[in-house]
Amino acid sequence: MTAVQERPSGGSLVQQFEYGLDAPICLTWELTYACNLACAHCLSSSGKRDPRELSTEQCEAVIDALQRMQVFYVNIGGGEPTIRPDFWHLLEYAVNHNVGVKFSTNGVRLDPERAAYLASPACGGYVDVQISLDGATAEVNDYVRGPGSYDTALTALQNLQDAGFQDAKISVVCTRQNIGQLDEFKALADKYGATLRLTRLRPSGRGADVWDELHPLPEQQRVLYDWLMAHGEGVLTGDSFFHLAAFGESLPGLNLCGAGRVVCLIDPVGDVYACPFAIHDNFLAGNLLADGGFQQVWQTSELFADLRSPQTGGACAKCSFYDSCRGGCMAAKFFTGLPLDGPDPECVQGYGETALAGDRTVPAASQDHSRTTPTRNQPVMLKLMTRPPVSDCAESPLAGFEPIGG
Amino acid sequence: MPDPMPDPLLSEAWGLSPSVALRPEPFGALAYHFGNRKLTFLKRPELVAVVRGLAESPDVRGALRAAGVPEEQWAAYADALRGLAVTDMIRPRAAEVAA
Ligand code: SF4
Ligand code: SF4
Repeated sequence: MTAVQERPSGGSLVQQFEYGLDAPICLTWELTYACNLACAHCLSSSGKRDPRELSTEQCEAVIDALQRMQVFYVNIGGGEPTIRPDFWHLLEYAVNHNVGVKFSTNGVRLDPERAAYLASPACGGYVDVQISLDGATAEVNDYVRGPGSYDTALTALQNLQDAGFQDAKISVVCTRQNIGQLDEFKALADKYGATLRLTRLRPSGRGADVWDELHPLPEQQRVLYDWLMAHGEGVLTGDSFFHLAAFGESLPGLNLCGAGRVVCLIDPVGDVYACPFAIHDNFLAGNLLADGGFQQVWQTSELFADLRSPQTGGACAKCSFYDSCRGGCMAAKFFTGLPLDGPDPECVQGYGETALAGDRTVPAASQDHSRTTPTRNQPVMLKLMTRPPVSDCAESPLAGFEPIGG
Repeated sequence: MPDPMPDPLLSEAWGLSPSVALRPEPFGALAYHFGNRKLTFLKRPELVAVVRGLAESPDVRGALRAAGVPEEQWAAYADALRGLAVTDMIRPRAAEVAA
């Protein structure tokens, strides 16, 4: 391994995690950039398949490596992973090699037959299914995910329930448009015997283009925080909302930025990034085909060694909430052009708004697999976005925000 | 000084659950249960040694002794083991035979 700063013995788990682990515990693997939808906020700018995507054999080799490293489960996504013809084979291959699978899907391929397969002993309870839904009503969902996508998701949930599949997940990206629907989402989850999973909208991929319009307003962050305080135990959030800890108490979930420490992404062509929300050359640790396999990249990349050494709090170090908030999400800062050692753009103490109002350059995307021609089920929102680009100042980042104090 | 009321767990035979895997980590180990999919962190190398040693010892006391855990800490370790039993990371050996 590279010389990482000496790890302290004892201490909290969060401290231990900051120094990284021998293998990730939250590994996302995107199998393809191809997708039947064209969600406005897609974190990986998916649409078209990349001709360099890993072959079936190469994917099997990745699973073998994960088994050797004892990565006990992997979050599979895309693109839409189920449209890869070998998806079901790889699912079974992983399960048979002690690598459990949680996969995210828009539901397009989850017909009654597939649902029955997922509920069958072949999957041995090692498979978790996450259906993406970004509105509790078709109106709100289809606005960002495209016409028909609400019905597709609900049909998939119904098929899973009818097949006797236990505990599917409904995965929601929290936006300005759906924060008011949290109770409705919970009711939907209950109806389908599913668990609700709420995640944060990050300005990654195409999300960068729509973040200003979609990200929750400061007062909505408070609503979300209060809702999570009241319902948090039964709801999954991953590492999404630790920046909200600056409202008071920490929420359940992973309370640190795990990028390159406990989190990482393997993309469809085998590139390894620090985090699924950080698909950019600046966070590219290596390629598992070119650089000696996943274990080699995870354990020896310079970028990861850097991310595992103690970070400075920068402008956040003076903040009394730094211990729990830790300056928020690295990807959110990076893609909004804010310094990585300063406040999160959605800092609940209001420092993010100030920072966004200042001088900043939003980094250019380093890749894009979006379709160039519009599809039938493209979200309306995207069509609106094709107007001549509005000037940066047309929507003030301070709109609707009353700066109180500093 | 010997504990006048030793924890009854110390005299029991335990072992790692068959569906649990331990992954070594710099701080200790990560325990994953393939059945209930719970992930648990064993934050001390000594605790890892005790957990690994359970199956080879006639009782918990033996595993603690083999791992070199000082006697005054046994009660605390017994509590930690009980915590691991709640999520079925370890289980009594008799139950394993019955299951
Ligand atoms: S960069 Fe953001 S999304 Fe990625 S691990 Fe860090 S906090 Fe999570
Ligand atoms: S100033 Fe930094 S640490 Fe404090 S609340 Fe804002 S983002 Fe969090």
